[in-house]
Amino acid sequence: MSNDKLMKEFEAIVGAEGVMNSESDLHSYSYDSAVLDPRVPAFVIKPSNTDQLGPVVKLCNDNGLPITVRGAGTNLSGGTIPHPGGVVLLTNGLNKILEINEQDLYAVVEPGVVTAQFAAEVASRGLFYPPDPGSQAVSTIGGNVAENAGGLRGLKYGVTKDYVMGIDFWDVNGDLIKSGSRTVKCVTGYNLGGLMVASEGTLGVFNNIILKLVPPPKAQKAMMAVFDNIDKASESVAAIIANKIVPCTLEFLDNASLRYVEAFTKAGLPVDADAVLLIEVDGHPAEVAEDAEKVVDLCKKIGATSVHLAETAEERDKLWFARRNALPALARAKPTTVLEDATVPRSQIPAMVRSVNEIGKKYNVEIGTFGHAGDGNLHPTILCDRRNEEEFKRVEAAVDEIFDVALSLKGTLSGEHGIGMAKSKWMEKETSKATLEYSLKMKRAIDPNNILNPGKIIGG
Amino acid sequence: MSDLNRLASMLMELDDQMAACMKCGMCQAVCPVFAESMKESDVTRGKIALLEKLAHEMVKDVDEVNEKLNRCLLCGTCAANCPSGVKIMDIFMKARVIVTTYKGLSPVKKAIFKGLLDRPKLFNLLTDMGAVFGSPFMRSADKTIGTKSCALLTPLIGKRHFMPLAKRPFRKDYPSLDTERGESGLKVAFFPGCVVDKMFPHVGHAVIKVLNHHGVGIYLPENQACCGIPTLASGDLDTFLSLMRKNVEAFDGGYFDYIVTPCATCTSTIKETWPKMLDDANSDIKEKVQELADKAMDINQFLVDVVGVKALDHKAGGKVVTYHDPCHLQKSLGVAAQPRELLKANPDYEFKEMNEANRCCGNGGSFNLYHYDLSKKIGERKRDNVRASGADVVATGCPACMMQLGDLLSQSGGGVDVRHVLEIYAEMID
Ligand SMILES: Cc1cc2nc3c(=O)[nH]c(=O)nc-3n(C[C@H](O)[C@H](O)[C@H](O)COP(=O)(O)OP(=O)(O)OC[C@H]3O[C@@H](n4cnc5c(N)ncnc54)[C@H](O)[C@@H]3O)c2cc1C
Ligand code: SF4
Ligand code: SF4
Repeated sequence: MSNDKLMKEFEAIVGAEGVMNSESDLHSYSYDSAVLDPRVPAFVIKPSNTDQLGPVVKLCNDNGLPITVRGAGTNLSGGTIPHPGGVVLLTNGLNKILEINEQDLYAVVEPGVVTAQFAAEVASRGLFYPPDPGSQAVSTIGGNVAENAGGLRGLKYGVTKDYVMGIDFWDVNGDLIKSGSRTVKCVTGYNLGGLMVASEGTLGVFNNIILKLVPPPKAQKAMMAVFDNIDKASESVAAIIANKIVPCTLEFLDNASLRYVEAFTKAGLPVDADAVLLIEVDGHPAEVAEDAEKVVDLCKKIGATSVHLAETAEERDKLWFARRNALPALARAKPTTVLEDATVPRSQIPAMVRSVNEIGKKYNVEIGTFGHAGDGNLHPTILCDRRNEEEFKRVEAAVDEIFDVALSLKGTLSGEHGIGMAKSKWMEKETSKATLEYSLKMKRAIDPNNILNPGKIIGG
Repeated sequence: MSDLNRLASMLMELDDQMAACMKCGMCQAVCPVFAESMKESDVTRGKIALLEKLAHEMVKDVDEVNEKLNRCLLCGTCAANCPSGVKIMDIFMKARVIVTTYKGLSPVKKAIFKGLLDRPKLFNLLTDMGAVFGSPFMRSADKTIGTKSCALLTPLIGKRHFMPLAKRPFRKDYPSLDTERGESGLKVAFFPGCVVDKMFPHVGHAVIKVLNHHGVGIYLPENQACCGIPTLASGDLDTFLSLMRKNVEAFDGGYFDYIVTPCATCTSTIKETWPKMLDDANSDIKEKVQELADKAMDINQFLVDVVGVKALDHKAGGKVVTYHDPCHLQKSLGVAAQPRELLKANPDYEFKEMNEANRCCGNGGSFNLYHYDLSKKIGERKRDNVRASGADVVATGCPACMMQLGDLLSQSGGGVDVRHVLEIYAEMID
């Protein structure tokens, strides 16, 4: 079909308002938060209700038009960089919270609901939706599910997948497929919802999503432990867990990150420290008091040079200020910020951080590392200038080596940011040829015309 | 070199600043224009991407990019919240200048900026005539605020409820002033700004009254010109620089500790934009511009931080007043506590915070002219927040916001007064 005709067809489904194809509109949907080259779609389609999703997908399938679903476009792996000449399908107009059920502790939302707005609405009913990716002020629930996004609370509360009770999604024929239910238990058929989690728009287009809610913790206590040696920091992480304490948050900042954050915030951080751990325990007040005390003792015993316990809400905020500012501080240092997502078993954190620093020296690139020590999810962040081709080549080589090391330490390519285009070339290395082939076969069966976000995750 | 080539190479000068944007998308959370349209080209990240693409000649349609670039209030909310510290306002202002230089200024804007704004005497004369001749055709819209509507003007300004030009501009009562330092030992230069002079002279009177009350000497020279921001926002750098020069000349020779204005936009323009926009041809006035910039201070900030006005013990009862943070005060200059302090100083009022007090009202200067519907939509959220606070009066620190708030509240049935903080504060002085 000619583009003019296609445009008419799209307009018939979503209205003239919902179809964009001017040069500047197309170019403004050619990129996402990943440091990758932009690619320009042929149409940007913005449905205003979820019933329009099925017909849009069908029209694309009938015409072999590749579709890339886009929530907020904050993913860091190129998952929303469209196929050249394809369609970008925007979900940010589909942002209704359909139900918050306070009796049965679940909610039903449309895919474009913004994470933080949802969490706030849930909190206003005295309930809790824990997944809190750093991008939550703008990211969408659909994007969170498609990336299986995690956050600071991952260690104790898990990640997005732990809260998905069911997803309805559109297949390429424009039919609505149902998965899961509003019940805590449900084993009706294949776990199709599970298949959709982390599928990055390659297997179906999410419609409504059913999410689990939990009661909020009654109390919390935060502290900062300072170390002159990262081994001691990671030993402390292991010791805390071995002592059967699961903090809700256990974050790590290395010396480079500390120095950058301090230079930017002048918050009085220990810039001579090799590493700090930011720890928060939550739960019942009595349990929190006891756990906090134990954590302080453990860190001190293992060799923390100091442990600072926040006594007031203000002090607590001050502690988290440092962690929240890690990325902004690093981002201000140089024009380009390559935020990586290498994740290792937590016992391997010292080995990983040491290797990252060696790699930085070897390739002469600046790297600051911070991340979720509790779950081994590190964010080595490379500071560079993308326009400097020679330097960027070194950056790419350094990234390659970082993943080599992560895999050799029995880690994984991505703890939370997804594979997208950025890391698909590594998939076989972490998994196996057979795994990729199995995945490709499944994808071909579900999406024979390969229109659902082609080229992402498994390539193809 | 082709035209597009030339434009691209001019834009490349901004490349370093634009490269700092890591496309994280966090600006989506705060941009009021994006909140209405949810279109990527309406948020900072999208605009920067388009400018980069124009610089690299990956997009060709300059008009389209220009149109997108202009769908922006220049409210600075994104800049205040950007984790990478991108100098967004500098990029947007300079990009507007570059694109306008390339495309040429529209004939209407040329006539208004070069023919009128840049000739303060003629501008004053015409607005004076407007004040006299305009009135018979205007109908009163809201008595509390004093807004009017005018069927004759509908083709030009739509169905706006606007503040009529004052019968007697501020300038007529105070053509100039040069008073001695009083008890405070301080002396300030006073820059009322166009809107106060022509529409809200009572705000200017309130400022004089308050300064006299606190024993602050006043230097008010003749021949002040517009601060220039409307011209710069439209990309007309020449007129902007010419207006800046006129003002430098007007204030030259006076001796004063601070230059104060009751207009958030004027303060931020003098303080931040003037020095940034100086070019080689204007380097002869560099030191004077910098001196004025260093001395520029919002009147609320001056009264609280320098003169030392303090809130009285809070007392319930009286009229309820709420406060709207003008973007140029809160986001650009970080002035937020001081106006609240002044409002709380008047015992006849009870101060009540509204929701989202620091969210843009949607005026954005000429944004309101070109994108009235969008401006109104953004403003409606502000209006709802004002009404929900239950306030009898909404006070603010920027005459442009006063115009917008007046239109919004008046259109929605009136009953809530719109005042400058200084007016409320001045009420308690006999
Ligand atoms: C500053 C910053 C901090 C971040 N912090 C974290 C963090 O702490 N933890 C973390 O996990 N991630 C983080 N991220 C990455 C990113 O924000 C998350 O991956 C997030 O889940 C993406 O949501 P989105 O709405 O922007 O999705 P998008 O980027 O728009 O899309 C992501 C993927 O989901 C697919 N998709 C979206 N909606 C649908 C749908 N309805 N149906 C099918 N597929 C769909 C897209 O096709 C794409 O492949 C961060 C990113 C930034 C920029
Ligand atoms: S918040 Fe700043 S760095 Fe992030 S996309 Fe917006 S302008 Fe760019
Ligand atoms: S200046 Fe205001 S309107 Fe313009 S992009 Fe930034 S937040 Fe949006």
